[in-house]
Amino acid sequence: MKSKSRAKAKKTTRKIKEKIIERLLFASATVSVITTLAILGVLLFEAIGFFRQVSIIEFFTGTKWTPLIQPQHFGVIPLIWGTILVTTIALGVAAPVGLGSAIFLSEYAPDKLRRIVKPVLELLAGVPTVVYGYFALTFITPFLKQNVFLEMIVFNALSAGLVMGIMIIPMISSLSEDAMLAVPQSFREGAYALGARKHEVALRVVIPSALSGIVASFILAISRAIGETMIVSIAGGSTARLTLNPLESIQTMTAYIAQISLGEAPFGSLEYRTIFSVGLTLFLMTLAVNLFGQWVAKRYWKRY
Amino acid sequence: MAVKNVRRSNLTRSIKGVVVYAFCVTTILIGLISLAALLFDTFQDGLPWLSLRFLTNFWSRHPEEAGIVAALAGSIWIIGLTAAFSFPLGVSAALYLEEYASKNWFTSFIRLNIANLAGVPSIVYGILGLGLFVEALALGRSLMAGALTMTLLILPTIIIASQEAIRSVPRAYREGAYALGATPWQVTRGVVLPQAFPGILTGTILALSRAIGEAAPLIVISGLVYVRFVPTGPLDSFTVMPLQIFNWVTLPQPEFRGLAAAGITVLLAVLLSMNSIAIYIRNRYQKRAR
Repeated sequence: MKSKSRAKAKKTTRKIKEKIIERLLFASATVSVITTLAILGVLLFEAIGFFRQVSIIEFFTGTKWTPLIQPQHFGVIPLIWGTILVTTIALGVAAPVGLGSAIFLSEYAPDKLRRIVKPVLELLAGVPTVVYGYFALTFITPFLKQNVFLEMIVFNALSAGLVMGIMIIPMISSLSEDAMLAVPQSFREGAYALGARKHEVALRVVIPSALSGIVASFILAISRAIGETMIVSIAGGSTARLTLNPLESIQTMTAYIAQISLGEAPFGSLEYRTIFSVGLTLFLMTLAVNLFGQWVAKRYWKRY
Repeated sequence: MAVKNVRRSNLTRSIKGVVVYAFCVTTILIGLISLAALLFDTFQDGLPWLSLRFLTNFWSRHPEEAGIVAALAGSIWIIGLTAAFSFPLGVSAALYLEEYASKNWFTSFIRLNIANLAGVPSIVYGILGLGLFVEALALGRSLMAGALTMTLLILPTIIIASQEAIRSVPRAYREGAYALGATPWQVTRGVVLPQAFPGILTGTILALSRAIGEAAPLIVISGLVYVRFVPTGPLDSFTVMPLQIFNWVTLPQPEFRGLAAAGITVLLAVLLSMNSIAIYIRNRYQKRAR
């Protein structure tokens, strides 16, 4: 009798313990939701304070960004433009190089070579971004200045963009290669049976079949480039400017936030608050790009 | 006539094939050569500046006396605290999503949310940390605020890696344990976790090695500080290696570029040893599991 009730008690404590553990694990999982809410909360709260003093219309349509010098202008377009310019240069490097590397790895390289080259190429993704900034400033810029563009300014959009392109190569090459490897072997064999050559199989069968994965990898790389801070802070300059000339000094949204954080505006001032309004713009831009990427991947995802 | 056309088209096809092959080989060489140039450039500039004094001295305005010890200690503090916060939190979240969560809208909302958090720029996490930890929770520009920010930054990576490791545990193992009368937590703790552990640990170490090279969020958290002491508690102010390197890179004198390169060499050495540990642990546990 006694042992029976003890067993019952043991069962209930075990049940309670199970319930507590499940709740704890659930709480851990909700931290991610809380993080998102906190990001939105902090950005919106501080940005609303900022927009009480600066008109939101001026902020999003103004073409002059001079918060640190008189007369002050708070038009974010030059910063957005700087980001777009550097991202375009980066994609101009990484799209052909990443895609070519992916074709080589999935279609041409023998398995042994692939197993060595792929992880080495992925090392590029593990290099800290401050190192890329150093490389842009001390290697790429002097090289271009001596050999190609003699009139180039030390801090310029081109060097920052080129090096950022190198940084995002593995993102494109690895994800595109995964998409290409997922294309069934029978597709290739069918094309070979019709007399196709290797490059024809790669360009006309494999790439079209893997297109959604390839496009998704490009979009992911774009999002990473938009949010990159250190390369543009070190090598891109700090002049917010609407220019098409990549040899000039520019400023991106991220580099601006870093500049203010490094103490160029007094804590709590209007200038200081700009990091939240620029941060909000940056967050919304990357969110839009990421959601678009997920939509592309889902919409055109084919299961073979 | 027809034969001639076929021959000509065969020739152009051959040429096209060679061109495509040459293009692909060139692109992969561009990636590999860039990596080699980057490492060579850094080591060439940095090795002359690397010495025991560099590792043990504090920040100084005289380049020949400057060292990285405060930043090295700061990085170790940040990584230690970040690991202590993010590992249990990340693994618990992954266990919930894989072992406990029922398929409802909230679960899929959490998943979508984690995927999106992984794409938020790191400097935005810095702004979050500034508003939440530095100001609202009044932690100041301290190690604690930095580590909590880093925790939120790498949490999605740890959760996703852990989920993959947990998913790779065969279903039959769980069913066997349930058949013996085990409770969900006994199955999770006794069967799933030990099997998934090497994968979880490897994913965590790789996420932490990303955090150790990350400078952008900590620029927002700590600002530009000249730390001339080794932090002794979690509420001390701090600097980390990437921040110190950034500081040196932006100074105009060429000597400081050398110091930056030496700092990068130390940073890469730390990263390399962390990755080696990850691989070692994985291999060791995998052998044991067999």
